[in-house]
Amino acid sequence: MKMKALSYPYVVWIAVFIVVPLALVLLYSLTYGDLSGMNFTLNNFKKFLDPRYLDVLWISVKLALESTALTLILGYPIALIIAKEKPSKRNTMIFLFVIPMWMNFLLRTYAWLTLLGKNGVINSIIEFLGFKPLNLLYNDGAVLLGMIYNFLPFMVLPIYSVLVKIDNSLIESAEDLGANRFQIFTKIILPLSIPGVITGITMVFMPAVSTFVISRLLGGGQYMLIGNLIEQQFLWVGDWHFGSAISIIMMIFILITMAVTSKFDTQKEGSGGLW
Amino acid sequence: MEKNCIIDLKSISKEYDGVKVLNNLNLYIRKNEFLTLLGPSGCGKTTTLRIIGGFEQPTEGKVIFEGKDITDVPPYRRQINTVFQKYALFPHMNVFENIAFGLNIKRLPKDEISRRVSEMLRLVNLQGFEKRSIQSLSGGQQQRVAIARALVNEPKVLLLDEPLGALDLKLRKEMQTELKNMQKRVGITFIYVTHDQEEALTMSDTIVVMDKGVIQQIGTPVDIYNEPKNAFVANFIGESNIVDGIMHEDFVVEFGGKVFKCVDKGFEKDERIDVVVRPEDLEITTPEEGQLRGVVSSVTFKGVHYEMIVSNGKNDWKVHSTIMKPVGTEIGMNIAPENIHVMKKVKDR
Repeated sequence: MKMKALSYPYVVWIAVFIVVPLALVLLYSLTYGDLSGMNFTLNNFKKFLDPRYLDVLWISVKLALESTALTLILGYPIALIIAKEKPSKRNTMIFLFVIPMWMNFLLRTYAWLTLLGKNGVINSIIEFLGFKPLNLLYNDGAVLLGMIYNFLPFMVLPIYSVLVKIDNSLIESAEDLGANRFQIFTKIILPLSIPGVITGITMVFMPAVSTFVISRLLGGGQYMLIGNLIEQQFLWVGDWHFGSAISIIMMIFILITMAVTSKFDTQKEGSGGLW
Repeated sequence: MEKNCIIDLKSISKEYDGVKVLNNLNLYIRKNEFLTLLGPSGCGKTTTLRIIGGFEQPTEGKVIFEGKDITDVPPYRRQINTVFQKYALFPHMNVFENIAFGLNIKRLPKDEISRRVSEMLRLVNLQGFEKRSIQSLSGGQQQRVAIARALVNEPKVLLLDEPLGALDLKLRKEMQTELKNMQKRVGITFIYVTHDQEEALTMSDTIVVMDKGVIQQIGTPVDIYNEPKNAFVANFIGESNIVDGIMHEDFVVEFGGKVFKCVDKGFEKDERIDVVVRPEDLEITTPEEGQLRGVVSSVTFKGVHYEMIVSNGKNDWKVHSTIMKPVGTEIGMNIAPENIHVMKKVKDR
């Protein structure tokens, strides 16, 4: 009973800052009019079916999937390399890897502006070498780069923490039973690291699909992802009802994605996770 | 080389960061024998096993397997399998998949794999466990799966690294008998590592006693128990009284202030030696009849026998007897000549 009482502040916190806002978002998405006279409607959702908006959703999901795939391709070997090192060296490497995260997310993204800009560091070098400057900013590539740069640690850390926990005697016994290094990886290390991969995918995909800062800064003012669309509806257009509807659609989308990914995570003992 | 020798370790030395853990180890292992590497922790027994398994490279020396040098052959190409200390079963596979792992790697046909796996499950008494997850098994069952997983590959040598260490006493005793029976049935060489002398005596054909990276004695359990080569072996295997003595001449030894007849010879005249007497070899008599005299200073009931400490000013003698003498009683003790073991003093001990 005593322990239960300790959880009340947390329950209040969840209610005030998560449940109530979510309920409001849901309410706004299903209504029109202002607070004095709200009426039920599904028009906000219908409005989203316009090809212009569906296109934004498609681009956002595509970009999020691409950045998730690329962080996985880059992050898994990094995690593997770090996990294979001696403990002392391992900690230094993780430390170096995490240091950029101490800096504000916005500042880190701004830094790329000065690197990639027309008069930025990279173009200065290119010009110095006698070539024409390149258009590095304000395109898909720049946004993708920004996402990979910002979200890579969220892929590497969960995979790494699963990899270091794999008992070395498992690897030795696989070797003992005749498995070569490739077979040890595909039959032992990879399957045992799936929970970390699932966590990494979730932790990268979710912020990637909803980001609006990276696309705003590195994609330019016209660049529209679903996060930018929501931001626009709330801050500039002032249509909170439509903004809420898009938010709900995006949440449903994320939930579906997580349900699908966790289906692959069958070996987890118990039924942890969201599903 | 002897004909039925399967593994021959030739002057193996191993150093970790300049510390010698194995020092010029020579050992040959016969086909189909149950050989135990016995010693305290840090004596190099596990390192020896890992060198045979291929998980460690010796700093010096060679590992000969059936006449061929396999020192540089990686573990996955050796016809040797290992049962690891903590079983090391694959947690993401069920019992069947664990046991079939080695056979799948060799790409054997499916029906042969399932035939051999069920055969193994029968051998380790786990029929019907194929689909069970590893987490649902008890320690003893996991141990059996680990043994089955190694044996199914039909290795020529099975290495076992303290496989019973994590089990409780009763289960350990059962598994000892079972392991020994299994070894007789499958007829392959077992190399077993343990620090438990009783386990070694129960199961082994040959015991190799090690200390500080050096082999102290190789022999059958009976030899090692009855004729320990030095004080370390005597002390490590079973309980012993070890006292200082002087060898006056062949078959005559002095210790505890008395001169005794013994069966040992070949020492220098008046050489200082260690005398080892097993506690059960001290026979209690009246003070007048005893070769040694002393006063009982403590009594402990041990189940089958009493353990008494008898002091006579010079030495404390540990005596095992079914007859109990109360604390404070003066008693005499006799030792038969063949139960007096005279050993050269080991330097730096």
